Amino acid sequence: MRKMSLEMVYRLAKKDRRVFFIGSDLGFGTLLQFEKELPGQFLKEGVSEAYIIGLAAGLALEGKIVYINTIATFLTRRCFEQIVVDLALHRAKVRLIGSGGGLVYAPLGPTHLAIEDIAIMRAIPNMTVIACADSREMEKMMLKTVDWPGPIYIRLAKGSDPLVTRGGFTIGRAYVYARGKDVLLVTTGITLQLALEAKEILGKKNVKAGILHVPTLKPLDKKTIIKTVRAYPAVISVEEHSLIGGLGSGIAEIISEADFIGRKLFRRIALPDEFPEGYGSQKEQLLDKRITVAEIVKTAEKLLK
Amino acid sequence: MLASSKRGHLGSAFSITEILLVLYDRILKYRPDEPEWPNRDRFILSKGQGCLSYYAILAEKGFFPEKKLVTFCRLDTYLGGHPEKNIPGVEISTGSLGHGLAVAVGMALAAKLDRKKHRVFVLIGDGESNEGSVWEAALYAAKHRLDNLTVLVDYNKMQSWGPTREILDLEPLADKWRAFGFAVREADGHDTNGIYRSLHKLPFKKNKPNLLICHTVKGKGIKSCENNPEWHHRRGLEGKIMNDLYRGLEEYR
Repeated sequence: MRKMSLEMVYRLAKKDRRVFFIGSDLGFGTLLQFEKELPGQFLKEGVSEAYIIGLAAGLALEGKIVYINTIATFLTRRCFEQIVVDLALHRAKVRLIGSGGGLVYAPLGPTHLAIEDIAIMRAIPNMTVIACADSREMEKMMLKTVDWPGPIYIRLAKGSDPLVTRGGFTIGRAYVYARGKDVLLVTTGITLQLALEAKEILGKKNVKAGILHVPTLKPLDKKTIIKTVRAYPAVISVEEHSLIGGLGSGIAEIISEADFIGRKLFRRIALPDEFPEGYGSQKEQLLDKRITVAEIVKTAEKLLK
Repeated sequence: MLASSKRGHLGSAFSITEILLVLYDRILKYRPDEPEWPNRDRFILSKGQGCLSYYAILAEKGFFPEKKLVTFCRLDTYLGGHPEKNIPGVEISTGSLGHGLAVAVGMALAAKLDRKKHRVFVLIGDGESNEGSVWEAALYAAKHRLDNLTVLVDYNKMQSWGPTREILDLEPLADKWRAFGFAVREADGHDTNGIYRSLHKLPFKKNKPNLLICHTVKGKGIKSCENNPEWHHRRGLEGKIMNDLYRGLEEYR
């Protein structure tokens, strides 16, 4: 997914001279071809996130469309003030591509785990927040970033994630991946895969699950969310993010103000409000924190009992 | 502005008045009736709290009507306690310290890449220079050899809480900037001819970003305000306090 997003910046840059890339001390050999072919649209900068955001704002105010890539925690928390003031307040066309959303960097420990990135980015006015499910969705999404007004935070997953998406992509739209009647699974990023598997298992147990995929976390597609949720008695949100301020929070806020007739059962499957302990792989951490197919199935059955 | 809002960063503003005057009278290229003119020189007031002088000069130059000044800090005005981009003539919103230089580096780099002739000026404070982001951006200004970028330091040796030598001594300031790769000059920040002499021929040195240390006095011009930390920002400006300010200004003239 990271490979696709950076490959897309290169492709966009070849077509449009305004497109500009800044890397913050990336891995050796990253985007060599881009650097060689388009040196006037490529900057190799150091470990200075606060500066890089200001730099990008300056370039964007002069008409460039700036893509930045580095590790998600450093690209969001380290330079939060610069993101708010230099980017969001000025509606600067800067795209923050955060590597390692959620638990991807599990072996590297809590300094590298982006578990609250969506929450803090969602809280900023003028900001757009996107988490794609696979590289196919990433490719389509990136095409839409060139002309989008204001800054965008793009959360990357691990890479080599199974291809599960289909259809087109519009920023700000939620997509129905399955229609059911008993429970609606709402996903963002890679949790779409989990929901698709859970739906099959639930189907065998005679529970008809629907799936609503929400790649754009801000602005939330409130209309589609309300319209879809209306048809189900129960809703479960699934995300690789803290319980606080992510997809689940957003969905809960919409449901609680929607004045549905009859009550909606609602549960969030998300990371607990704590620093993840231990290391292991992303997969092991997801198992440990129970962001799994089995947990979705169990939660659905319990809710509907 | 002070009389209508009863508040403001007066000391900060009177520290930079002459610097701004020289820039807007004799150095910067701009068109008040076309604030977004592409070939204008860019100016960023990174120490946004100095905006009282800035607004007065922008109004005098015709960016917006002078009568707008009395709306300072009102609910329905664009002239707030720190400058914002929606004010005609203002490039970026500032107020959070340590941001202006990095943005100026981006603007100067864009001008270089696009082979544009305009220049970028940024005015920073000494208190502001406590921020690490100032020095981060300084490293890169030199790396990118931005001789179209000029940094002006309002060096009044006072910050909000007191003298810089007590809070965070910046000395040796000129040597620090030199070591960061800047071509450095110094001037009396209240001597308009001296500032002009320093700035009329840029760059100081090819391929190096320029830095002018302006030695200033915080609250310059009003005896009771000069070097008085109480005047960094002050509220409740009315009655006798305002009369004393007017009298102080008369004496300075």
